[in-house]
Amino acid sequence: MRLRCPLCGERDRREFYYYGAEDYLHRPAADAALAEWDAYLHLRDNPAGVTRDLWYHEAGCSQWLLVTRNTVTHEISGVELVAERKA
Amino acid sequence: MRYSGLRVITEGLFGNRGWTPAWREPSPKAEYDVVIIGGGGHGLSTAYYLAKNHGITNVAVLEKGYLGGGNVGRNTTIVRANYFLPGNSEFYSHSLKLWEGLEAELNYNVMHSQRGLINLFHSDGQRDAFVRRGNAMINQGDDAILLDREGVREHLPYLDFDNTRFPIYGGLLHPRGGSARHDAVAWGYARGADKRGVDLIQNCEVTGIDIENGVVKGVQTTRGAIRAKKVGIVVAGRSSQVAAMAGMRLPIESHVLQAFVTEGLKPVINHVVSFGMGHFYISQSDKGGLVFGGDLDFYASYAARGNLPMVEHVMEAGMTLMPMIGRAKVLRSWGGIMDMSPDGSPIIDRTHVEGLYLNCGWNYGGFKAVPASGWCMAHLMATDQPHEVARKFRLDRFATGHLLDEEGTGSQHNLH
Ligand SMILES: Cc1cc2nc3c(=O)[nH]c(=O)nc-3n(C[C@H](O)[C@H](O)[C@H](O)COP(=O)(O)OP(=O)(O)OC[C@H]3O[C@@H](n4cnc5c(N)ncnc54)[C@H](O)[C@@H]3O)c2cc1C
Ligand SMILES: [Zn+2]
Repeated sequence: MRLRCPLCGERDRREFYYYGAEDYLHRPAADAALAEWDAYLHLRDNPAGVTRDLWYHEAGCSQWLLVTRNTVTHEISGVELVAERKA
Repeated sequence: MRYSGLRVITEGLFGNRGWTPAWREPSPKAEYDVVIIGGGGHGLSTAYYLAKNHGITNVAVLEKGYLGGGNVGRNTTIVRANYFLPGNSEFYSHSLKLWEGLEAELNYNVMHSQRGLINLFHSDGQRDAFVRRGNAMINQGDDAILLDREGVREHLPYLDFDNTRFPIYGGLLHPRGGSARHDAVAWGYARGADKRGVDLIQNCEVTGIDIENGVVKGVQTTRGAIRAKKVGIVVAGRSSQVAAMAGMRLPIESHVLQAFVTEGLKPVINHVVSFGMGHFYISQSDKGGLVFGGDLDFYASYAARGNLPMVEHVMEAGMTLMPMIGRAKVLRSWGGIMDMSPDGSPIIDRTHVEGLYLNCGWNYGGFKAVPASGWCMAHLMATDQPHEVARKFRLDRFATGHLLDEEGTGSQHNLH
């Protein structure tokens, strides 16, 4: 598997660290209800098909990436910089 | 038909014409008392113990493919009771006891072999952690023996003891640990359940769960609608999809785990051995193949095949630990889809829907759990009460903070 980092170009999967689903981008406020924290930390859609998840370009530019890919075929259809989404 | 040595000999004398199929191939009935979704190890053992322990025999197991085609036929067959946390400890201890009587119970040769499991350690800190684990095992009534370096050498003389980066300090020996024949476990439970009247229905995918006013009424399948008073979801890597049919969002992420087998060799590895510095464990099957594996591929996946980096990691770790295996040729590798939970421990519980029960979150250690999981799931479905040894496997423990994080790695699904 190879990911196309927006900054570094196409790189081997070994350069990246996998964190988990896109849910990690939606951190609740510190005083949010426990159910919200439960959903953020634990509950997942876990689709068999297209998903969006977070990868870190550990051995490259050290950017967090939001990757759109298919969990059944391993096809990768998009890679965005998390920093740009937030901006 | 009862299996016995005498039967094998007699059949051999008369051209093996007397064998009959191990189970029927029934068409689904319109209604059952209990429907189990998923014909893997856990689904089959649940059906078996519903019939055997609770006298509930109007049961169907619905399997979308063929019996044993999922993880139960893809795993590396390690059976052990070396857990640490209260909650896990008593459950796996119960499971190992069931394993020890399983062949007589099922009248089926599951080739359970208690050849001993040795977990190696490579530093003082790791030794301390294993001493603690060993004490927990002994407190639970199971067996554990701490081996120093020379003790390990007596059992496993072929290891590279002087590896400069990862010298071997010792190992924790679990003499009752070992392996079993994975397919045989599925087939043995299937045959036993069928004999007690359970309908095993293959090529029958569940596509919907019928719920009225918060009560389960049955399932929709590729072979028509089936009514049921109670429904159990026991589908391992596919848990999120099936639970979604009942409007649930689970604390599960599915990941691929690979395994490997070499060509058949003469007996050389008598134990189950695990490396403490990099994920690698190995045993030798009765056919002679070295069966080994390592860690997840680490990214969520439903493809029953993995990627090259983990293949390399496993091979490198194996070569570091026991260079002698370098000459063996790898014949096959494959993957299975693991239902990873955020604390690495399973769920056996009721759901918000009356009559709907959930069994999932086996991570990559669910084979050894097959007997106890079925035992406890059957107890739960029959009595509506959790079984004593599975009472901590609650679905709400993530929300309430009562986690069972055996490895202490936090809530990230792929780190367990
Ligand atoms: C490579 C590998 C190595 C492993 N090594 C070990 C080990 O050494 N020791 C250990 O203890 N564990 C091990 N495991 C883990 C163990 O195999 C699993 O945790 C366990 O088998 C899961 O439970 P199961 O047998 O019921 O799953 P499965 O056999 O996967 O059963 C689930 C069944 O549900 C069916 N299903 C899914 N969706 C539907 C639907 N909609 N309708 C009908 N049926 C459906 C599937 O087809 C499947 O047959 C390993 C797993 C893998 C992949
Ligand atoms: Zn980069």
